[in-house]
Amino acid sequence: MFDLVVNGTSHAADVAGDVPLLWVLRDAIGLTGTKFGCGIAQCGACTVHLDGQPVRSCVLPVSAVGTRAVTTIEAIGETLAGKAVQRAWLDVDVVQCGYCQSGQIMSAVALIRRVPNPTDDDIDLAMAGNICRCATYVRIRGAIKQAATGQVVLPQTIAADGGEQAS
Amino acid sequence: MRALAQRGLAPREGVSRRQALKATGLAIAFVWTGVLSKAARAELSARHQPQDTAAAALDGHPAFAPNAFVRIDTDGSVRLVMPNVEMGQAIYTGSAMLLAEELGVGLGHVKIEHAPPNGVLYAQAILQEQVTGGSTSTRATYTVLREAGAVARTLLVSAAAARWNVDPSTCTVADGRVLHAPSGRQLGYGALADAAAKLPMPDKVKLKDPKDFTLVGKRLRRLDSDDKVTGRTQFAIDVRLPGMKVATVRACPTLGGTLVSVDDKAARAIPGYVGFIRLPDAVAAVGEHYWAAKQGLEALDVEWNPGPNATLTTRKLRETMARLSATGKPIVAREVGTALVGAPIEATYQLPMLAHAPMEPMNATVHVTPALCEIWVGTQVPTRCVAVGAEICGLPPERVVVHGEYLGGSFGRRLEVDMVEQAVALARQVPYPLKVVWAREEDIRRDIVRPMYHDKVTAIVDAEGRLAWFGDRICGASVLDRWLPVALRKDGLDPDATECADHLPYDVRNLKVEWVRLTLPPGVRIGWWRGVGPNHNMYVVESFVDELAYRASQDPVAYRRGMLQHNARTRGVLDLAVAKSGWGQALPARCGRGVALGDAFGSHVCAIVEVEVSPQGEVLLRRVVVAVDCGVVINISSVEAQMQGGILFGLGAALFNDATLENGGIRQSNFHDYRSLRINETPPVEIHTVMNEEAPGGLGELGTSIAAPALNNAIFAATGVRLRELPIDRARLAQRKSALESLLGSDERRGDGRGGRT
Repeated sequence: MFDLVVNGTSHAADVAGDVPLLWVLRDAIGLTGTKFGCGIAQCGACTVHLDGQPVRSCVLPVSAVGTRAVTTIEAIGETLAGKAVQRAWLDVDVVQCGYCQSGQIMSAVALIRRVPNPTDDDIDLAMAGNICRCATYVRIRGAIKQAATGQVVLPQTIAADGGEQAS
Repeated sequence: MRALAQRGLAPREGVSRRQALKATGLAIAFVWTGVLSKAARAELSARHQPQDTAAAALDGHPAFAPNAFVRIDTDGSVRLVMPNVEMGQAIYTGSAMLLAEELGVGLGHVKIEHAPPNGVLYAQAILQEQVTGGSTSTRATYTVLREAGAVARTLLVSAAAARWNVDPSTCTVADGRVLHAPSGRQLGYGALADAAAKLPMPDKVKLKDPKDFTLVGKRLRRLDSDDKVTGRTQFAIDVRLPGMKVATVRACPTLGGTLVSVDDKAARAIPGYVGFIRLPDAVAAVGEHYWAAKQGLEALDVEWNPGPNATLTTRKLRETMARLSATGKPIVAREVGTALVGAPIEATYQLPMLAHAPMEPMNATVHVTPALCEIWVGTQVPTRCVAVGAEICGLPPERVVVHGEYLGGSFGRRLEVDMVEQAVALARQVPYPLKVVWAREEDIRRDIVRPMYHDKVTAIVDAEGRLAWFGDRICGASVLDRWLPVALRKDGLDPDATECADHLPYDVRNLKVEWVRLTLPPGVRIGWWRGVGPNHNMYVVESFVDELAYRASQDPVAYRRGMLQHNARTRGVLDLAVAKSGWGQALPARCGRGVALGDAFGSHVCAIVEVEVSPQGEVLLRRVVVAVDCGVVINISSVEAQMQGGILFGLGAALFNDATLENGGIRQSNFHDYRSLRINETPPVEIHTVMNEEAPGGLGELGTSIAAPALNNAIFAATGVRLRELPIDRARLAQRKSALESLLGSDERRGDGRGGRT
């Protein structure tokens, strides 16, 4: 039995200690926003935060989480950086199929918290572990800059209902 | 946006199809007709069809459902039914824009629904089936969805005009209301829904003048973005049902092999492991959660019979293809002008097998009861899923319910139903709902791959070096032969194999394109891969045309332009890309620009790729400029996204990918050895779109198809080395052998996927 704090809520997970956090989140707790892509920390789709640090949950045994707070895509929008990244993601319309975007956003949030004005090299370094098979990288790059600094480098989309939903 | 309806996706919310079926005692159900058994030509219709009443009844009995695409309830809520599936290409947004534009509603308050499997109501004209693929979605629906919106609008206006006793032509619509300006009266669509439903279908509807469009042509945000950035979107892999267990599968490591025996003594010690299920060619381990199933599967002691392909390798297939190309009996796809005279210029190009590797691994959730087979899956072919469920369970098709989910990528992989067949075959052996999830290793090793090709191209050039005669002998296996055999030409030609070689964008009077069919060993399956026929042939044709330009000592752009006198739209994209790219401006050493152009999927495209090739032979992408003419633009944001993503997808495949057969199975298994382009390898990509009012062309596969030749030609410009094989062979690009040796370490570092901070 492992006691986890996920998105501010306590959960008791009755699983073996070697079960990766990813499967505890998805199959035991039911938070399916964090995705399975490769299972070997090659694609980043499973990225979550432990005390604000990005980790690949597909290779992190639940026994290694300890008392650290787990934050997933479902709650990242409650943070300032998370909200800014999601907003920029919408403004330039990054997503295509969307499957990898939970992980992309979690990596991007960690980046702009650490580097308030990221260069292309900073972005490459922080985001190279997140694969997007739709290859939305050009917009990811632009959205990260926009989220971090407000600098608009890509055309902005018009929301169907006038933009209210981005909040 | 949170209200985006996903009918049938979440049993807890709203009326699912399952509940609807139960509520009607299965008396009303969709009649499924497979594409092959249908005599009449399939076509989406904006008008009311005999099946619409039953379809609407299962869709919550809306007061007004004039056709298969529009549902309006008396409370004024508007639901739009999407004939295609959403796999990233933004078709939900594009289709909703077309419907809403003519219906006269804003998009902020409509709900989007997946169309249920229904080969009568939702089979489209180009592919003659309810299928999303081949870059056909916008082409096949542009007019009919506008008409569908216009039919609903016309009936609502008629209902209002009758109530007010005014001439319908004096009424207008806006934001879900009918307005009568002279009297200042207005009524919402909800208040008119009952009356509109009683009116006969209009004989004709008037479509909006494109200059009056308020949605179409705008840079509109995708309707599915909000849920996708917050983790709320439900993909098939996210489905959770009461009592559900999770399975993961290993099929015989040798394609075409079979399962002999399984011993799960070791697996039984794993917490959460439930048991195993046998199939003739695979074994599944079942667990309370995925990890238990995965651990269980790895602990199984399995004996396989490798079958006839135990020694099959890519090398052997290549040898067979080379021999066939020289000695096999070709089918002539197209021959025009005079026969070949003289000694032609020749070149041979070879393409590898390719896996799709969409981010969401293959999966399906299935619950089989004596009365019903329910399937939750992301699929491009929903009616085929119904057929599979019916056949395997021995149920009539109306007892099979397919819940269409969002697709976490596909690139053609989900045009196949092998994962559904397998999941149904497993789930029918257990009483509970079973989610079957493939590990990434299974996803790549059991991909249904893009075929290999061996193409011999030939040319005769005139005094100026221009193409006077073009020949192409294409050797490869047929995708259509398994996927849709009725679409083979009467003489056996698979037109996909020769598409974009048999018709060139250039002014060429004499041409002979033929196909020599390769028959693959049983168990080796090939399928559609993003770009289908064009991704193969545009690489060969445009690489070869580049060779001819250099042979004639001509600039590759000028050379191509000289042969485009009768193709103004393609000349247009060439000129646009050239103007934007700085073509002709000097570049540093070992840098080069490559151009490629083509006509495919009803669109016209030109790409200019700029690369630097390191002394070690490593190819760095510096910049990509694409000009595209896809006719009328529905959503400029989606056009740019598809072109950007498409060309990067193609560049990644050209740089890295080869699904290699070894001992009868695919050697690669995950993203460490089946590489995907990463952000640190992504150059700036500029998309320049020609705006016009021509018929819409396809976009989803266009960028991918033009990527490899533009890259190939850029590498030649940078190095003088002409590569005729994919993926790019960096060993051939190294300046010195010693330089290559020093690459080996750095190459591994680049590809290890751990560029992120850890």
